Amino acid sequence: MVKSKKTKIGDLIVAFFCFLLILACLLPMINVLSRSLSSTDALIRNEVLLLPKGLNFDSYKMVVDDPKYTWSLVWTAIITVIGTCLSMIMTTICAYPLTYDNLKGKRFINALIIFTMYFNAGTIPLYLLLKDLHLLNRPAVLVIPYCLSVFNMIIMRSFFYGIPESLRESAEIDGAGPIRILISIYLPLSTPVIATLSLFYAVGRWNGFSDALMFMNNKREYWPIQLLLYNILNNVTSIEVSTQEGFTKPGLADSIKAATVMFATVPILLVYPWLQKYFIVGVTLGSIKE
Amino acid sequence: MKTSSAKPSPKTVQKTINYVKRYWTLYLLLLLPVTYFIIFKYIPMTYIQIAFKKYSIVQSPWEMPWADNYGFEYFIKAFSNRDFLLALRNTIMLNFLDLLVGFPAPIILAILLNELPYKRFKRFTQTVAYMPHFLSWIIISGLAKQLFTPTSGLVNIVLDRLGFEPIPFLNDPVHWVWTYVFLGVWQSVGWNTIIYLAAITGINPELYEAAEIDGAGRFRKIWHVTLPGLRPTIITLLILSLGRILGSEFDRPYALSNNLVTEVSNVISTYVYAYGIKGLQFSLTTAVGIFQSVVCVIFLFAANALAKKFGERGIW
Repeated sequence: MVKSKKTKIGDLIVAFFCFLLILACLLPMINVLSRSLSSTDALIRNEVLLLPKGLNFDSYKMVVDDPKYTWSLVWTAIITVIGTCLSMIMTTICAYPLTYDNLKGKRFINALIIFTMYFNAGTIPLYLLLKDLHLLNRPAVLVIPYCLSVFNMIIMRSFFYGIPESLRESAEIDGAGPIRILISIYLPLSTPVIATLSLFYAVGRWNGFSDALMFMNNKREYWPIQLLLYNILNNVTSIEVSTQEGFTKPGLADSIKAATVMFATVPILLVYPWLQKYFIVGVTLGSIKE
Repeated sequence: MKTSSAKPSPKTVQKTINYVKRYWTLYLLLLLPVTYFIIFKYIPMTYIQIAFKKYSIVQSPWEMPWADNYGFEYFIKAFSNRDFLLALRNTIMLNFLDLLVGFPAPIILAILLNELPYKRFKRFTQTVAYMPHFLSWIIISGLAKQLFTPTSGLVNIVLDRLGFEPIPFLNDPVHWVWTYVFLGVWQSVGWNTIIYLAAITGINPELYEAAEIDGAGRFRKIWHVTLPGLRPTIITLLILSLGRILGSEFDRPYALSNNLVTEVSNVISTYVYAYGIKGLQFSLTTAVGIFQSVVCVIFLFAANALAKKFGERGIW
């Protein structure tokens, strides 16, 4: 296809806007990265823009040396793995039976579940329930209360609906029961949706903040990384610095904060680009109506 | 439906036995999720009654005495509380600005991306644009503070070098509101293009060819083919957004807020946290929560009805 000169200029203008968008997304990250790697003197003199000045890894070393911070990273990784596994199991065992159209009581169970998407009791009733269940300030409170998302369940169910019914029927003729069909036919065919939803749940748990703030505030040893990070960024808690210079030097505090932000961000940035082709499928499925 | 007293024929009994034999495992699978919904979604609904009762730590919600004014004492209290009215105003204001700026943004970006002929560059742009969606608001607030602090933030250093006055992005109420809205767009615009791009892929390419034969340029094709193709998606997402106009995020205002801007940054969710979980006024904040939930449902139904009235499909 031959393109006129005019369209080519148009293409370049479009590309220019996209380039601006890329800059807008990347510059903040680059800025924080440079701050975390810069010397305190350069930071105090406001010399750090996009490239680190006086390159050093001191702030990273201090953050790694603080047992409070490293434990919080490890603890968040633990609850992210456990939480994601639990959520995926719950989502699968909820979505799969609801794809059987002749299941008796399906309409009722469906209505029961969908209703909770439109109406919820609110924060305080949940808080009081967790209090009555003695779950407040217990590790399980970071995993259980939000372990099943109706939205994600609908995405998975839509995906299951896309698997040809004939596969299930022929397996039933061979005498396979529903659970066997799920394990040997449905799950192996569902890599895209499993990858997508695992990513959603994992990111949700890694980034989760408000549930920890409300339900886990009194137990510092179980603080996930976002809650600790919030308290560091707002000067409530600080990274323990062995020498006294620590937070009396404003530049160092700045650089340490930048390093803590990087630690909490990098795990996600390493994962999501590889799952891009999957989560696009997942999000698109979520928009399909029932 | 047969009553239990009527004697079922042997055939029906056999059918039922076969049905149970075949499908009982499905009910077994559903047992755990249904229990989850009952415990964590439905039992909290029974706690709603404390909004109409005098909260007491030693009694169950069923035993607490009714509040004054026919049980509506705490709703009256909420609506005469200055902080709540402010939170209500801020919630509506911030959500409205989000809708005004944040709703069209992904549509424009999706159209831009669709016009981009360079495949690899397009893919790279998308990957980068999805990134902010994966950052928590705590991290974004950290980034924002490093960018926008009056003297030492990147943007203000640049402004200073260019000879401009520094801008108090996060430290002055009016600037804070726009920074809040802008950061929201920054975080979600790329991610929200996914649905629109999928909808664009679904548009029949013959329509573009026909438009080209008729001599339509880039803008006419966007206006007469792409936008009409996106219409159902736009309407659906608009209904859902309108349904959330009184809904409030917690992390975003809470993380971006500071002592200088509380008059605009306190929203309903942060109010509930401050007065309920920290202030222990459970009846008052439960009342606020119900008010919010009910208004959200009403808005969703109203927006849906309105869409249907104008001949659109609605969300159900």
